[in-house]
Amino acid sequence: MSTEIATPIKPKEPKEGLFSPKNKRLLYDPLNDTNPITVQVLGICSALAVTVKMKPSIVMALAVIVVCAFSNVIISFLRNSIPNRIRIIVQLTVVATMVILVDQFLKAFVFDVSKQLSVFVGLIITNCIIMGRLEAFAMANKPWPSFLDGIGNGFGYGIILVIVSMIRELLGSGELMGFRIIPESFYKMGYFDNSFFIMPPMALIIVGIIIWVQRSRNRKLIESK
Amino acid sequence: MEHVNIFIKAIFIENMIFAYFLGMCSYLAISKTVKSAVGLGLAVIFVLLISVPVCYMLENYVLKVGALQWLSSDFATIDLSFLSFIMYIATIASIVQLLEMIVEKYAPALYTTLGIFLPLIAVNCSILGGSLFMKEREYATIGEAAVFGLGSGVGWFLAIVALSAIREKLRYSNIPGPLRGLGITFILTGLMAIAFMSFMGISL
Repeated sequence: MSTEIATPIKPKEPKEGLFSPKNKRLLYDPLNDTNPITVQVLGICSALAVTVKMKPSIVMALAVIVVCAFSNVIISFLRNSIPNRIRIIVQLTVVATMVILVDQFLKAFVFDVSKQLSVFVGLIITNCIIMGRLEAFAMANKPWPSFLDGIGNGFGYGIILVIVSMIRELLGSGELMGFRIIPESFYKMGYFDNSFFIMPPMALIIVGIIIWVQRSRNRKLIESK
Repeated sequence: MEHVNIFIKAIFIENMIFAYFLGMCSYLAISKTVKSAVGLGLAVIFVLLISVPVCYMLENYVLKVGALQWLSSDFATIDLSFLSFIMYIATIASIVQLLEMIVEKYAPALYTTLGIFLPLIAVNCSILGGSLFMKEREYATIGEAAVFGLGSGVGWFLAIVALSAIREKLRYSNIPGPLRGLGITFILTGLMAIAFMSFMGISL
């Protein structure tokens, strides 16, 4: 597509460094102040479903970072030539193409993880983080800031995923990344894995507690009554 | 009988929200009042009921290995299943768009109730999730797929209406500041999911 040609020529803005303070904030803010999961309430579905073990959650986080960053870039390039009425379908098509690439890649190189993730790789398409960032950021900004924004939000999502899955795997099966952490001797003394942590409801409660901790440290996020 | 089993299973045992966390985002965002929750829930039932059978036909007559055999025997080995994501999402987005126009024309009352929720549904994960689960579970007939879609929709409806009712009551209770709003909603959903887990042992 000849999108660059179609873009109207704008007056040149003052040049900005690749990692100027403003761009850095795009990268760091989503880790805490505008975290996609705990503050923007985006992309919760997959965050909860894949966090039983650490390995699939890390793979999922990487997949979301890649899809989010690159679809942000593509939409940002296309932003001036997308008709407003059909923009959702255009966005979904771009995201779906990226997700197909990621899905085929996972199937080729980490087949067991891709089996564990089952439909959730496909559901990255409707992951609200991606749509949300496309709508809120990429449609109005240049490719490079959009790229950073995508990476930042992907990381913000990933960090919650890793924390939740770490708690669940450690307490639910006594392992981390498949390695035993809680020694056998504990079990002989009568320690039991709390299998409740493997169940889906525990993920919700852990995220609830993470939100609680985050907001009591960062009080400006507290919701008014 | 098989249809009833699939229906009950989709509502209670494999509830979209409490067992798979699908459609969580709109579930948390639009559950502040019962009225809007009912509107969104109805719209989800509607779209799932239509989109799952359509995706079923797409899967079985276009995308699967050998699905194109009805065209000519030359296509018996063509496997287009890697295209399923993009086909499903395009189907869903266009069904939602179409539905919006139809409802606006023939049922204006319903249209005003559903309001902005109809277009939002295109990006609700429970819709795409329904189609992907339909593909994974390989239902035998289109009827079963439709019943599965309806059941999942009803399950989602029940969940969001229940949560919004609790949240309306919650407004009068004194919750610690940092937990207010989103935090307590997560914990509530967790507790509701624990209640729904009691259905897990049932095999139909």
